[in-house]
Amino acid sequence: MNEFSILIGGKAGFGIDKSSIVIAGILNRLGYRLYVYRDYPSLIRGGHTFSIVRASKKKIAAHLDKADFILALNQDTVDFHKGQLNSAGIIIYDSDSVKSDGIGLPLGAIIKEANAPDMMRNTAIIGALCKTAGIDWQILDEVLRKSFPKDIDINLKVARRAYDSAKELTRIEKIGQKSLPLLTGNEAIGLGLIKGGLKTYIAYPMTPSSPILHFLAGVAEDFSLQVIHPESEIAVMLMATGFAYGGRKVAVGTSGGGFCLMTEGFSFSAMAELPVVVVLGQRPGPSTGLPTYSSQTELGFALNAGQGEFSRFVVAPSDAEEAYYWSQVALNVSWKFQIPSIILSDKDMGEGTYSFDLDLVKEVGEEIPSLWNGKGPYKRYLNTETGVSPLAFVPRKDAVIKINSYEHDESGLTIEDPALTIGMQDKRLRKTKYIAEYIEKYDAVKIYGKDAGTAILCWGSTKGPVLEAAEGMNLKIIQVAALSPFPLSRFKEALKGVKRLIAVENNATGQLVSLVNRYGFNVDASILKYDGRPFSAEELASRLKEVIR
Amino acid sequence: MINLNTTAANTWCPGCGNFAILNAIKSVLVSLNEEGLPVENVVLVSGIGCHAKIADYINVNSFYSIHGRVFPPATAIKLANPALRVIGHAGDGDAYGEGIEHLIFAAKRNVDITAIIHNNRVYGLTTGQYTPTSPLGYKGRSTPLGTKESPINPLELMLASGATFLARGTSHGLELLKKIFKEAILHKGFSLVDVLQVCVTYYNMYEYYDKRVYELKDHDPSDYNKALAKIREWDYNNDSPIALGIFYKNNQPTLEERLGLPESRQIDVDGKIRKVLEEAV
Repeated sequence: MNEFSILIGGKAGFGIDKSSIVIAGILNRLGYRLYVYRDYPSLIRGGHTFSIVRASKKKIAAHLDKADFILALNQDTVDFHKGQLNSAGIIIYDSDSVKSDGIGLPLGAIIKEANAPDMMRNTAIIGALCKTAGIDWQILDEVLRKSFPKDIDINLKVARRAYDSAKELTRIEKIGQKSLPLLTGNEAIGLGLIKGGLKTYIAYPMTPSSPILHFLAGVAEDFSLQVIHPESEIAVMLMATGFAYGGRKVAVGTSGGGFCLMTEGFSFSAMAELPVVVVLGQRPGPSTGLPTYSSQTELGFALNAGQGEFSRFVVAPSDAEEAYYWSQVALNVSWKFQIPSIILSDKDMGEGTYSFDLDLVKEVGEEIPSLWNGKGPYKRYLNTETGVSPLAFVPRKDAVIKINSYEHDESGLTIEDPALTIGMQDKRLRKTKYIAEYIEKYDAVKIYGKDAGTAILCWGSTKGPVLEAAEGMNLKIIQVAALSPFPLSRFKEALKGVKRLIAVENNATGQLVSLVNRYGFNVDASILKYDGRPFSAEELASRLKEVIR
Repeated sequence: MINLNTTAANTWCPGCGNFAILNAIKSVLVSLNEEGLPVENVVLVSGIGCHAKIADYINVNSFYSIHGRVFPPATAIKLANPALRVIGHAGDGDAYGEGIEHLIFAAKRNVDITAIIHNNRVYGLTTGQYTPTSPLGYKGRSTPLGTKESPINPLELMLASGATFLARGTSHGLELLKKIFKEAILHKGFSLVDVLQVCVTYYNMYEYYDKRVYELKDHDPSDYNKALAKIREWDYNNDSPIALGIFYKNNQPTLEERLGLPESRQIDVDGKIRKVLEEAV
């Protein structure tokens, strides 16, 4: 057995999430590439929560509906998910609280005998899984020690009892690949920002982007970061502009609702030419929508947010490696062109866990922004050919540095003169052309699959399921990563030889389709999903077959 | 002497109370500069409204922000470089209306910045609507029958929020303004000066204020309860005497002291990222 999924479910508060990471850690040591999908409601205790730990020999970025193991800590897990079990699959359940077919173990009794808290039934069921799947005790021991350094003795005791009370029924083989770091998309974004030169991160908590705030706050000392959680997203965005004025590379993180509050500051950052990177984690709306679920509903918003007309960079990474890569690029683009950037994430990518392979990420390198040479009077908004004015940061003895949200002259003083207005508007908008040229060197549009007449068009986290669903079909796959400025020449090139274009999006209206339509490209069919859940590979494969037939 | 003039034409109405604030702050900046404060270490932050044009009128670093958003960037500029002297100019609509959450949080954090509120108790640039400090019954263009709301007492709110320096001046008292502004800027912590600045066009209160104002004497600004009593004497609605001067002054740790300086040490970012990745295996 070397390609399988393990579904673990229970109530919120049962430690489902932690368990899925422990299981992923075990399989990682056996050499597998992993993807962990998390499904949880918006509450702290109760409800039904499950995670799917999927393991494969090759890199994956999607979950499957079918599971080979179901670990049930409550009855709901069996009732809701038994239909997903593969024919040779195994349900392992707590026989003290769950009725089911499969392998029942008295986890409650095991816990009691070990004098352990009820919460540790999750450790017990992992012990049972390892024995059932023929995984060496040594590996479990190692991963538990790393995962529960505080209560390790009692965790080991519980796991051992459960391990010994189960029977080996199958064997998950050790495969000869090196173990890779397990990172969530959010962690990869955080590390990418750091690698890109981040100095300050500001956020107000909001799912699915809060984990970036937590991650960066956790490593702030190590990386000498300022991590700030202020009163609101309005303050977040305006603080970011203040830090940029002070010369500190800054990013903020939020979701759609928070970004609504940020838009006035977003537009200000464009007018003031203060570089800010926004991580926008999408989730289903409108309004509060389904806060803990996934969607790709903010593309149109990201492309159009903010009053007035201005240049922006919008990019949608599809997995952890791309998140790491594009977060660096976003900081570079923002500082090179003094514009706001948006990294479009979503709950699926942000909170999904991936086997992260640094060797697959192309070197980006930190851009040095255009700095003032100290000659002549300083003009913060000097009108140059590229629209980019040399930067100086307070305090400078030889420069008065004036930022202005009003239309302004080169020195930053307010103006209302029509000719000057046109000059400054053109200066800012001119950047779009140079940004488009600059991002040519990055992977703005990526092509996968075959050189076929039918192509799938996708963006962001749907790329993972698309790649898998299209396996074995004669399809080309076109992923648009950079969305503004639209990478027109790369896109045209990708469409060469394509006669039929099918879009796959995790939204109800086809937002990428609207974007490419604006550039005169026709899309022949769309596969949309907007139930708050990402596509599983099997589901998408069957929907593709319906369309392609 | 440093030249603080710019080429921008002044567009305030003749007789506008903002002139007094402009003159006072320029005079204080000159005086602070003569005492050794490098003028390049000063950053003025303003919102949007008549008050905010001050950013165009003084030749120092400035950050002409958006309406209601003076204190988030002012806080950030201070945290980015605590050596800077950050002075936030805001209107009453700006600071006490649209951006009041930020003002409360700036006070709560005791970040070492100064807030100078150009409180004319009316929206000037949008032509005469009531603000959070207009008196009950104020007839403006959005309330032709008079407001049905009592004003807030901004100094009382700021005291409750944790501000460590609170003062009031008027645009008819230039010398007092200079004295208060200087002390406010030199105060370590969040300082706020509420300036009863008169809008001659939409709400001319010169005569009203001239009759009622008096300067605080024998007042102990370190005493919270006495400060509160003095702050409550006039509630921005009744016709009681209006005290001017420093109501409250207290030394507390500032936000930037608690956070520590932003570090500029060279870090082996790649090495540290590798370490994070190794731990994630």
